[in-house]
Amino acid sequence: MDDLIVKIITRTIIPFIQVYGIFVIMHGHISPGGGFSGGAILGASLILYTLAYGYKDAAKKMPHKVSVMVESGAILWFMAIGLVGIIMGGNFLSNKAAGFYMGNLSMLFNAGLIPLVTLGIGIKVASTMVTLFHTIIEED
Amino acid sequence: MSILRSIIEHINYVASAILFVIGLYTVLTHSNLLKKVIGINIMETSIFLFFVSVGYVTEGRAPIVEAGSNHAIYVNPLPSALILTGIVVAVSITAYSLSLIIRLYEAYGTLDMDEIMELRSGQTNE
Amino acid sequence: MKKILAIVVLSGLLILLLSSILEMPVLGSIENPSYNETTQYYLDHAIEDTNAPNVIASIITDYRGFDTMGETVVLFTAIAAAVSVLRAFHDDSNKKKVEE
Repeated sequence: MDDLIVKIITRTIIPFIQVYGIFVIMHGHISPGGGFSGGAILGASLILYTLAYGYKDAAKKMPHKVSVMVESGAILWFMAIGLVGIIMGGNFLSNKAAGFYMGNLSMLFNAGLIPLVTLGIGIKVASTMVTLFHTIIEED
Repeated sequence: MSILRSIIEHINYVASAILFVIGLYTVLTHSNLLKKVIGINIMETSIFLFFVSVGYVTEGRAPIVEAGSNHAIYVNPLPSALILTGIVVAVSITAYSLSLIIRLYEAYGTLDMDEIMELRSGQTNE
Repeated sequence: MKKILAIVVLSGLLILLLSSILEMPVLGSIENPSYNETTQYYLDHAIEDTNAPNVIASIITDYRGFDTMGETVVLFTAIAAAVSVLRAFHDDSNKKKVEE
């Protein structure tokens, strides 16, 4: 795990992978992609860091407690967005009837709850992949 | 010749059936637990291929609707949306079975199903 | 012996699958029964209902949002199961070492 070339290339390439993952998540309602694929890309970048630098360094960057908290918080965020629909007088997870901001077509922030839910799913999938990988690799 | 043409017209479905049988063969004949998990993953992949092929339309475009063009043919979006659930379940099953395999390896020191069976039967007979 | 038996049984299954698959509608035909009025409704009304051009995103997060919430709960359950299998013994052994 002490290979200089792997470490430097990993350090160089991780920001680009993460920017691409955030792009796929944020443009989930305009272009192909969405929460699941973008979250998988984000999680893959963190797994790449773990593979190059070892578990101890990665556990400092992304501690187990934090990733579990983020992962549980994403479900609560999803349910809270769904409950907004009930508070505003519609059904659970209703979009237009609950009065979310619809905006113009093909802009980044339109389509009501879809970007918010996609953001939650992306964070959820990324933290799930990291938590599973760290839990399995954590032996000894 | 009609059978050959029929196979070419259903080539994706035929490939998914063959993949399913390959995965099932791997699960049935190999006694290594890790290879069994790989076989289950191959079977899941064949189901994904089957489902997405059902939604394919010739010369259809990806279902990103543009406001101007009303007459374009789009691929069926429903199987693509439904198969996301299948992918998530596949990931969950793989992760859980891998964690169980780690526990089994720590308990028995081997991943071979037959050896584990022999160890267990030997313990109960004594 | 076991492998020969498996090959015979699975080739029978393959013939069964292929004989029913070859009766299905042709790959890529628009006459496919799955391309029905539900799909047509989604393609026609997705923009005015949800204002998102990506029809798949509007299906999985708006029309069938409850289904997607179930998917996230499935992921959460997978993590809970894996952590409970892998971590339970670790914490006990650490405590025992500390006590000893």
